[in-house]
Amino acid sequence: MSDTVLLSITRYDPEKHSEPVFQSYTVPYHEDWVVLDALNYIKDNLDGTLTFRWSCHMAVCGSCGMMINGEPKLSCNAFLRDYQDKTIKVEPLDGFPIERDVVVVIDSFMVKLASVKPYLIAKEERALSEGEYLQTPAQLAVFKHYTQCINCLLCYAACPQTKLNEDFIGPAALALAHRYNLDTRDGGKKARAETVTSNEGIWECTFVGACSQVCPKHVDPAAAIQQTKISASVDWFKSLLQGNRS
Amino acid sequence: MSRRPFIRKMRRSWWLRRRRTLFYMMRELTSLFIGLYSALLALGLVQLARGSQAWDSFIALITSRGGVIFQLLCFAFALFHSVTWFAVTPKAVPLSAPAKAVIGAHYAVWAVISVVVLLLAGRFVDGSIQ
Repeated sequence: MSDTVLLSITRYDPEKHSEPVFQSYTVPYHEDWVVLDALNYIKDNLDGTLTFRWSCHMAVCGSCGMMINGEPKLSCNAFLRDYQDKTIKVEPLDGFPIERDVVVVIDSFMVKLASVKPYLIAKEERALSEGEYLQTPAQLAVFKHYTQCINCLLCYAACPQTKLNEDFIGPAALALAHRYNLDTRDGGKKARAETVTSNEGIWECTFVGACSQVCPKHVDPAAAIQQTKISASVDWFKSLLQGNRS
Repeated sequence: MSRRPFIRKMRRSWWLRRRRTLFYMMRELTSLFIGLYSALLALGLVQLARGSQAWDSFIALITSRGGVIFQLLCFAFALFHSVTWFAVTPKAVPLSAPAKAVIGAHYAVWAVISVVVLLLAGRFVDGSIQ
């Protein structure tokens, strides 16, 4: 095992480069280092101009998503030891404009996220004196894994549909919409349906399944979207029957 | 400092770059063969309606070497489609049933329907012989 690792990293300075280029750096190898440690080593010791996002270093904040050897990964969760004897290629997340180096512009996602109303819309407004909106552990278990999303955007980088149609709401936002729709305290399903079941919503998903494969928090957006398709179809049939009756 | 976000273009060969997207595109391709096989069945019905001579020529077509190869190809793609579809069905089923049970149930229903179709087909074939 070599005691150094070679990293080939995308560099893009909008004031210098007309398009992104690769730059190589040799960093010391440590068995317990992740790619983010190597990037921080470069920034601290070799090249202070290297720009990347990170915050928690423990797969919670969702800031440090990058393409590592072509696969969307959290750089704090990608160990150097898993890329032994290979150059590690670090690129910005696929499908997003590059702001600088491996930092991407995520404005489009922020708009999509807001469009699905990812918050509780109370079924019935209650006075404070009436107490909490109670929920049983079984009711929570139905959607709990969807709450684990950290908006790291690895699923968007993995999904070909989000790149083929840039208006597609995409995996994380649709999974969050499903999470709130499943919540027993929520009454916002109709309000969300406007976006969720639109042309840019669930029906743009062709069930590639890549989003669920790369999700570091096991949220399984592909499942959320397929289940939303079923639920939306049932709602459509119901509205059709009710329409005929009246 | 000026902003000038760089937009990368998606390559035409995007689906060749990873195993999972290659598999996905193969799955999408299966629809072509299933469509062609459906057209073959429709042709069979048309020829059946046109009389015994037309029907015999249809039988000759599907039992020819090219016809058999085509049907085997369609069968292989249909099999690939079914197996990969069954493998992802647990995601689409809004039940808390174990994944293996959901997949197993699909295979069980497939087997039952196949047996029923074969029994029905056998009865019709017997009927035509007698």
